[in-house]
Amino acid sequence: MTVTIFVPRDAASLALGAEKVAKAITAEIARRGLDARVVRNGSHGMFWLEPLVEVRTQHGRIAYGPVQARDVESLFEAGFLTGGTHPLHLGPTKDIPFLRQQTRLTFARCGVTDPLSLEDYRQYAGLTGLEKAIAMAPADIVKEVTDSGLRGRGGAGFPTGIKWKTVADAPGDKKYIVCNADEGDSGTFADRMIMEGDPFVLIEGMAIAGIATGATKGYIYTRSEYPHAIATMQEAIDIARHAGILGVSVLGSRYAFDLEVRSGAGAYVCGEETSLLNSLEGKRGIVRAKPPLPALQGFLGRPTVVNNVMSLASVPIILDRGAAFYRDFGMGRSRGTIPIQIAGNVRHGGLFETAFGLSLGEIIDDIGGGTASGRPVKAVQVGGPLGAYFPRALFDTPFDYESFAAKDGLIGHAGIVVFDDTVDMLKQARFAMEFCAIESCGKCTPCRIGSTRGVETADRIARGIEPEKNRVLLADLCNTMKFGSLCALGGFTPYPVLSAMTHFPEDFSPAPVVEAAE
Amino acid sequence: MNVHVAGGDVEKRTLAIVGELKALEGPLLPILHEIQAEFGFVPQESLPVLARELNLSRAEVHGVVTFYHDYRDHPTGRHVLKLCRAEACQSMGGDRLAERVKALLGIDFHQTTLDGAVTLEPIFCLGLCACAPAAMLDGELHGRLDDASVRELVAEARR
Repeated sequence: MTVTIFVPRDAASLALGAEKVAKAITAEIARRGLDARVVRNGSHGMFWLEPLVEVRTQHGRIAYGPVQARDVESLFEAGFLTGGTHPLHLGPTKDIPFLRQQTRLTFARCGVTDPLSLEDYRQYAGLTGLEKAIAMAPADIVKEVTDSGLRGRGGAGFPTGIKWKTVADAPGDKKYIVCNADEGDSGTFADRMIMEGDPFVLIEGMAIAGIATGATKGYIYTRSEYPHAIATMQEAIDIARHAGILGVSVLGSRYAFDLEVRSGAGAYVCGEETSLLNSLEGKRGIVRAKPPLPALQGFLGRPTVVNNVMSLASVPIILDRGAAFYRDFGMGRSRGTIPIQIAGNVRHGGLFETAFGLSLGEIIDDIGGGTASGRPVKAVQVGGPLGAYFPRALFDTPFDYESFAAKDGLIGHAGIVVFDDTVDMLKQARFAMEFCAIESCGKCTPCRIGSTRGVETADRIARGIEPEKNRVLLADLCNTMKFGSLCALGGFTPYPVLSAMTHFPEDFSPAPVVEAAE
Repeated sequence: MNVHVAGGDVEKRTLAIVGELKALEGPLLPILHEIQAEFGFVPQESLPVLARELNLSRAEVHGVVTFYHDYRDHPTGRHVLKLCRAEACQSMGGDRLAERVKALLGIDFHQTTLDGAVTLEPIFCLGLCACAPAAMLDGELHGRLDDASVRELVAEARR
């Protein structure tokens, strides 16, 4: 029987040498005349073990990692095709604690299947959600999603079902589903992983959204920094179209739905939904004032659902298993699961899908294993460049939308960047302002001008120039930006700045520089 | 890459790209991506052609081209090295690594080495945040960079 060897094709695995490993394995199979094949799967999301190579044996899938091309020969020598022992041997993949502790709903197939095999997709419960949706009345699909408690996973946490209902009820002969795959936040990679590791789930989710709202066309707006995700998505759409999942008749039903991938052009602000819509229309990615809501006047002025990749990718399992199944996970008003991305200076970095409610400390210390450098954790930034910095003192905060808001933070797209004690928080605050200045669309004054003034003020504090006065000024500036900006870029940049000032005041009181006397 | 393109040639090639993509809803970004893929940058001469063909003002087209970081108005070196400058990479010594790369190449960000081999660009997040610091050399990704691997990377780029 042909032995199956899995070598991931995820961009992070490739960045760590997976391509060379796959080539070396293929060459070794040929050299030894073995009956084996290499499947390029997605990543399980355990990046400290990537490239993670797996072999399907009679005892299930056995993992080895991190594998480099130079290890391949010794793996064959050790009989890894039958799960033989080797220094890189990790045992059965599903028993690796980081994976075993997860609740994988959205990422159930990611890392398990060949991302571009429809056969694999169907075998692991793919398309059943769409099939069920087709048999339902569109209003019932919307109700199912509403009842599941699913909230926008892009960061705002707006109930997905309510957004869908607004679009479904809006008059219009042409409606759109726009998937926001402009995952620009540092520390996040869940969208990238699912697009590269299980693209059909996003296609299925978007088709369901189309049927539920009466939309017939969908766009996936992906950042240009993700060429691999764009290519995989494109290929998956072609396959889905060919198989009749997309097109004039979705799975033979009376519903039409088709998809297109669009690439951004390096503007962070296009992750904001109205800016994204302008960009999609071929304009500058300038933020639009709301109202009108995109749900009523979105892409080309027509009713448009704008949902994050994770929101849409969570829809198929909700339709498949039912609203109650999904709602039973989580805490408070945060229902279901969330793919937490643990990144930065962390020992076990990766994607950890779990129900809402773990404490920040559990995530960083127990799951992430502390810092990669071995030094103490000083701060973690949760929610990307616009998210707050949390000190150890707040590690008891449960991971859910409301608990983070109560501590002047946000979970955003659920990315966490860990910093050890060498980090200078004043420098991080300055970077937040600098990033905002680089990426501001320029429409509103607090964001456009405020960010530049923020950089200057932080610099003055760093140089010890009237630090007391400048700290007050910086806090005041943050207030202006927070309440006066049109969108989250200017409005949330104060989060990292203020949290850094509040929790790490010692970094904002540098020793005054004595000016040299002439 | 053909840097010295004659004006008439730019117009012809631009028109061909526009013809192919004009029917898309919101065609300007896909067209600009194609133009940059074709010429290596977005030539000034192509802008009036786009304005005319898409029924836009030249100011509108100029506004779009200059808004997005990706579109360049001049060619790059033979290789483009994009170094991630975002927080996750900072937490793993990205700033120090950037200084190292700049010193090895003898250039700052947005500059090209004198021999025309390498252009160095900052990039904000490649989604490789759990294997930082990260970089992209001509579309190929590199993670968990350290002094040794970055030296190799620079040497590869210089070739």
